[in-house]
Amino acid sequence: MMEKVVRKGLLVLGVLAAGAFSLAPFLWFVSTAFKPPGAVTAIPPEWIPSGSLAFFHSAITRYHIFHYLLNSAIVAATATLVTVSLGALAGYALARLPRRWSQIILMAILACAMFPQIAIAGPVWQFLRMLGWLNAYQGLILPYVALTLPLAVWILTLFFRELPQELEAAALVDGCTRLGALARVILPLSAPGLFTTAILTFIYAWNEFFLALLIMTDPSKQTMPVGIALFQGEYTIPWGEIAAASLITTAPLVILVLLFQHRIVAGLSAGSIKG
Amino acid sequence: MNTSDRRLYWILLFPSLAILILFIAAPVGQSFFLSLHRMIIGLPHLGVSFVGLQNYGDLFNDPVARHSLWITLIFVGTTTFFELLIGLLLALLMHRQFPGRGGLRACILIPWAIPTVVSAQMWRFLFNDAYGMVNYALFGPEVSQYIPWLAIPSTALVSLIVADVWKTASFAALLILAGLQVIPDQLYESARVDGAGPWQRFWHITWPLIRPALLVALLFRTIDAFRVFDLAFVMTQGGPADATNVLQLYGYKKMFVEGWMGYGSAISVCVFVMALCLALVYVRVVGRRLLEAEA
Repeated sequence: MMEKVVRKGLLVLGVLAAGAFSLAPFLWFVSTAFKPPGAVTAIPPEWIPSGSLAFFHSAITRYHIFHYLLNSAIVAATATLVTVSLGALAGYALARLPRRWSQIILMAILACAMFPQIAIAGPVWQFLRMLGWLNAYQGLILPYVALTLPLAVWILTLFFRELPQELEAAALVDGCTRLGALARVILPLSAPGLFTTAILTFIYAWNEFFLALLIMTDPSKQTMPVGIALFQGEYTIPWGEIAAASLITTAPLVILVLLFQHRIVAGLSAGSIKG
Repeated sequence: MNTSDRRLYWILLFPSLAILILFIAAPVGQSFFLSLHRMIIGLPHLGVSFVGLQNYGDLFNDPVARHSLWITLIFVGTTTFFELLIGLLLALLMHRQFPGRGGLRACILIPWAIPTVVSAQMWRFLFNDAYGMVNYALFGPEVSQYIPWLAIPSTALVSLIVADVWKTASFAALLILAGLQVIPDQLYESARVDGAGPWQRFWHITWPLIRPALLVALLFRTIDAFRVFDLAFVMTQGGPADATNVLQLYGYKKMFVEGWMGYGSAISVCVFVMALCLALVYVRVVGRRLLEAEA
């Protein structure tokens, strides 16, 4: 009896510790966004924010964060759409029309995901400059597609492979073409896999900083991570505005995580366990 | 397989392969090419001249580069170790049955989902020398004792490591959790019947069976830790005194701040080769399972 109580206590303690470890630093940081100017750097700290929206107002009007947000949304949404579409086509070929090359191609694609961005940075920058695509949306979207395709192809190949072959065979017998079978049979059944791929791609493109920093030097084209990293005040670091911008950037991701944690977990572990 | 299927196969693969070749494979090759040349972005009239292995020779004798490599290795080693340790603890916790488990899992996923730039600014704020929470937690209102974490070489690196572990331990936890979930419950049941205590059950059942998942998490995290850039860029800009000048940041500065494309490419080729070695191990470990699934 005693042992059971102790165990339960330990479990509760562990859960609280894990929750605090994960959330406390971030909650503290974003709570500063709701403080009035001056309270942010107070020692001893003000534990309960007053609910002031002054920093949000300043972040929006003086630092134009909605502008950065719009750029992030355009880049991340387009990259997601392109990656999922191309990933589905490639995944279908690799899973359903397998040939001798398929394994080698899959391995090569997998290896592409492992390269450090610095290894491609210089040449990609030169290539985009040659095309006149520095500071253009497509100049950032295409490298993002390249960097997220490996995981997309991989998740979708594994997913398509598990669908029963008979479904497609039936569609082919009924006079469907291969592409018709893909569109009418395979894709609708693969909605969960497509969705997982889309979430992971979106989060990657939304958060990416290194390439965005290189490619988007014009502030009117910069994405949110670049904006947050380069936030400059006149005399002091504008912590309140940074926190407000951080909260606005992170909010869509937190919502995605809360709604779709099962999908995300499944997608992330697809790379390690499945198969 | 008929001819039209064969054609379709290549048509479907073409767009993906084209993008991967244009934006990943060819640039990597181009980096090799550039690393054998002298090329300065700001001085285009100098053109591109072949210098053989001179960039690599310079790199080998560059004390900043050697320091940078050393710093990166320390960073990779410590972050990976602590991420796996904390990840294992979190995974063991999430594997238990209790009300609100889904809620805890969502909480643990949040650091992973936050943009690295945001978490870097957050930790820069928390490690602040005048009003940071880390100092307040350690010294209370005694402001005179506060440590300027990000301004001292040794503590700056520690701060970066803390920030990275916080952000990515949850990813390790998820991979390890996936490994825990495939262990059949009957094993634990029969061990319990045989009188094995919790420690014995952990060492004789859990540990050997999650080692593959741990290995995958280890490789993933090592490869990823090598590419650390955002944290150092935002929190310390590589300072103080190059104490956090990790390889990718050093390469970035050489290439895009100072404009030494050739020399910077030599750095990026070195990073690439190290990452490639790790990636080959990874592809062998994980790719093999993929092949077995196919057979």
